[in-house]
Amino acid sequence: MAYFPPSGAAPRPGFLPGLPGWLNTALGLLASVALTFLGLLLVTFLIGRVVPIDPVLAAVGDRAPAEVYEQMRIALGLHLPLHEQFLAYVGKVLEGDFGRSVLTANPVLEDIRRVFPATLELATLSILLGVLIGVPMGVVAAVRHGRWPDHVIRVLGLVGYSVPVFWLGLMGLLLFYANLGWVAGPGRLDIYYEGLVEPVTGLILVDSLVAGEPEVFWNALGHLVLPASVLGYFSLAYISRMTRSLMLEQLSQEYIVTARAKGLSEARVVWRHALGNAMVPLVTVIALSYGSLLEGSVLTEIVFAWPGLGYYITNSLLNADMNAVLGGTIVVGAVFIGLNLLSDLLYRVLDPRAR
Amino acid sequence: MVKRFLALAVVVALLAPGIGQALAATPRDVLVMAKRIDDIITLDPAEIFEFSGAEYAANVYDRLITYDLRDVSRLEGGVAESWTVSEDGRTFTFTIRRGMTFHSGNPVTADDAAWSLQRVIRLNKSPAFILAQFGFTPENVAERIRATDAYTLVVETEEAYAPTFLLYCLSAGVGSVVDRRLVEAQERDGDMGHGWLRTHSAGSGPFKLSFWRPSEILSLERHDAYWRGAPAMRRVLIRHIAELATQRLLLEGGDIDIARNLSPDQIASLEGRAGLRIRRVPKVDIYYLALNQKNPELSRPEVRRALKYLVDYQGIRDTILRGKVVVRQSFLPTGFLGAIEDRPYGLDVAYARELLAEAGLADGFAVTMDTPNTSPILEVAQVIQATFAKAGIALELIPGSGKQTLTKYRARNHDIYIGRWGADYPDPHANAAAFASNPDNADDARIKSLAWRNSWEIPELTAMTQAAVRERDDARRAGLYQAIQRLHLADSPFVIMFQDIELVVERTNVHGLVLGPNFETNFYRTVTKD
Repeated sequence: MAYFPPSGAAPRPGFLPGLPGWLNTALGLLASVALTFLGLLLVTFLIGRVVPIDPVLAAVGDRAPAEVYEQMRIALGLHLPLHEQFLAYVGKVLEGDFGRSVLTANPVLEDIRRVFPATLELATLSILLGVLIGVPMGVVAAVRHGRWPDHVIRVLGLVGYSVPVFWLGLMGLLLFYANLGWVAGPGRLDIYYEGLVEPVTGLILVDSLVAGEPEVFWNALGHLVLPASVLGYFSLAYISRMTRSLMLEQLSQEYIVTARAKGLSEARVVWRHALGNAMVPLVTVIALSYGSLLEGSVLTEIVFAWPGLGYYITNSLLNADMNAVLGGTIVVGAVFIGLNLLSDLLYRVLDPRAR
Repeated sequence: MVKRFLALAVVVALLAPGIGQALAATPRDVLVMAKRIDDIITLDPAEIFEFSGAEYAANVYDRLITYDLRDVSRLEGGVAESWTVSEDGRTFTFTIRRGMTFHSGNPVTADDAAWSLQRVIRLNKSPAFILAQFGFTPENVAERIRATDAYTLVVETEEAYAPTFLLYCLSAGVGSVVDRRLVEAQERDGDMGHGWLRTHSAGSGPFKLSFWRPSEILSLERHDAYWRGAPAMRRVLIRHIAELATQRLLLEGGDIDIARNLSPDQIASLEGRAGLRIRRVPKVDIYYLALNQKNPELSRPEVRRALKYLVDYQGIRDTILRGKVVVRQSFLPTGFLGAIEDRPYGLDVAYARELLAEAGLADGFAVTMDTPNTSPILEVAQVIQATFAKAGIALELIPGSGKQTLTKYRARNHDIYIGRWGADYPDPHANAAAFASNPDNADDARIKSLAWRNSWEIPELTAMTQAAVRERDDARRAGLYQAIQRLHLADSPFVIMFQDIELVVERTNVHGLVLGPNFETNFYRTVTKD
């Protein structure tokens, strides 16, 4: 999806000459964000219109008589020329109206407010697992380069990266839920806890704590463990491989030799100097992994009956429910733009040259 | 390092059971089902036209008329306790059952019933034609459907039809009675409360809606004042589980009571498993191939006939669709008035080759088939591809999402389409109008039946179908449908193959789930649990 090259890499050209530097930067940023969104919408919109699926079908079904069909086609604005449809849509979006989803009968924003937290919760836990385990694994592999820890970690990484995630999910369910009973089953909550906690943020872990329902919290966590581990394993595999290669590159640099010659402890050399430098590009890798998790992982969501963004967008696309698809795309776009801004900021923290 | 990992693994193993806390069974007064419910796009009974939606409406709303599920031909009273039909066959007078109350506590009256039917016509959503075919329009409906007193409803049709035709149409979802006072209070911009009712309930049925999260969960709550007596289940929870393997795991784990969408091969492996019960219920849905008559090869009668001999009905029934279908070759499902049991076709490659040679296509021909990319339809299509090939027909499958293939079919751009069809109401006209009637074959026709979609011009059959629906004598009417089906069977561009069986697996402590011939007759009211 949308990917911004890190702005730390090259200084941005001024947006308007004669303005103070910071204002220029801010305006330039705003303009590029706005353009990205517009482009994103335009492309998604066009894709939606060339898919050979009749959007009216989703709204009225297969057997509606001709008049009902025509009435809905007009209500959806499909009788207008393409550019008018697009302009009308963008105009509404600017007013904050994302339209209604045909499939759910709800305003798209309301739907997204419901499905996105589920994805956010899952993605965040997964990326935490991926980073907290994947980075150390990558470092260890690089340090023990060519010896058995390296081999083990590389094989683990390869498996995680190449085994289909839905298969891993199903096997995980079979083993840990059905046979061992260690984790709770598919879905976000056991059925008896449904409706106990009023959604405030939509993140059940947070909402249950706010509402003072520790039991719900533990149940939700029990449901999260497995899908988060499966997705976490997937991102772990990627992150550890990237960490390993970045670390190998750093460890072969001359400054490492210098540091060692100065008599610094090996731990300090590896974890502070080498990893410190590898961290800069690694931030981008992690941000992108997080971004793709936040798009929603359709297959994982289907296997675990997880009502997230990926399933929502995919199902909407298969029914040509374009308001929902466009709304979801905007969210995904915003996520990527936000993450890129965040990694830009982190660059400045991590890289002394960029300060 | 290794030791530390091992230690960690042990700690996780010890902690994990505490986190999971999976209970082995669902509560005794709660029914939990796994089912694909992402087809639900509305909860307003004047708009519902989807399988899962129809089942919802059946459990939340009472309809004017119902019928005996074991014998569709026996009509029974619902909200309407009894009825009379005038001499000329155009005026129906219904007596509304007394003592029924809506979930809101309002009494159910003839006024609610009249308003509900008028509402269907005025809103004019997808299923409205089921009532509109009797000549009701937004302009005349207030006059033709009216409450003459609190418990008398009068319905006047434009023409005289077979009386059961109207009664069966009122047994469909559009015959649901909604709570006028409650819904009218939610009206916005003259929408008759439609915007509100799409996501709320206002019925008198055994259950009321507690919440619906699309493609996630549908939660129903007991209606204590239900007229037939309050159901045993306090709540019914239907979880959307798209992945069938997951449905199975949940069922085996005891986290759900009933799995509704397991595949034939999953069912086969669960056969005889302790604690589980498999139920097979005949449904009205029909699997068929449609041959577009715009295609020059498919429009030859010999070719149409040859293709009917090139489907391995028994083979498919015994393998891919094991336990999921029965062979059916006429367009009316078993139990419908006038349904015939003829099954003249079987796989006969040699005879099919002869027929093709008669058509001048001894070397076969190439043709495409639009196929929904879902199991088991796709596998069925592959088997058909193989048997067609034996007679030299190169069948290319074009897989697509369900909506995608349907879009093409509706636009008459297909060669062959493989799909399913379910009757909208249990009267023979529902399927006759689809399969054996095509009043206008023009591209911009107003009525686009299945016959129209395949560009099949049939003035005689259309006239026969029109005559049959107006025949007021049941025996003569049945005879007409038998004749139509036989003509259809001999020469139509429809290769009708199977009638569907719904496969349901439930835990043995669950009893009394009623599964009727269509989704509008699946009821949770009588469910009990040990």
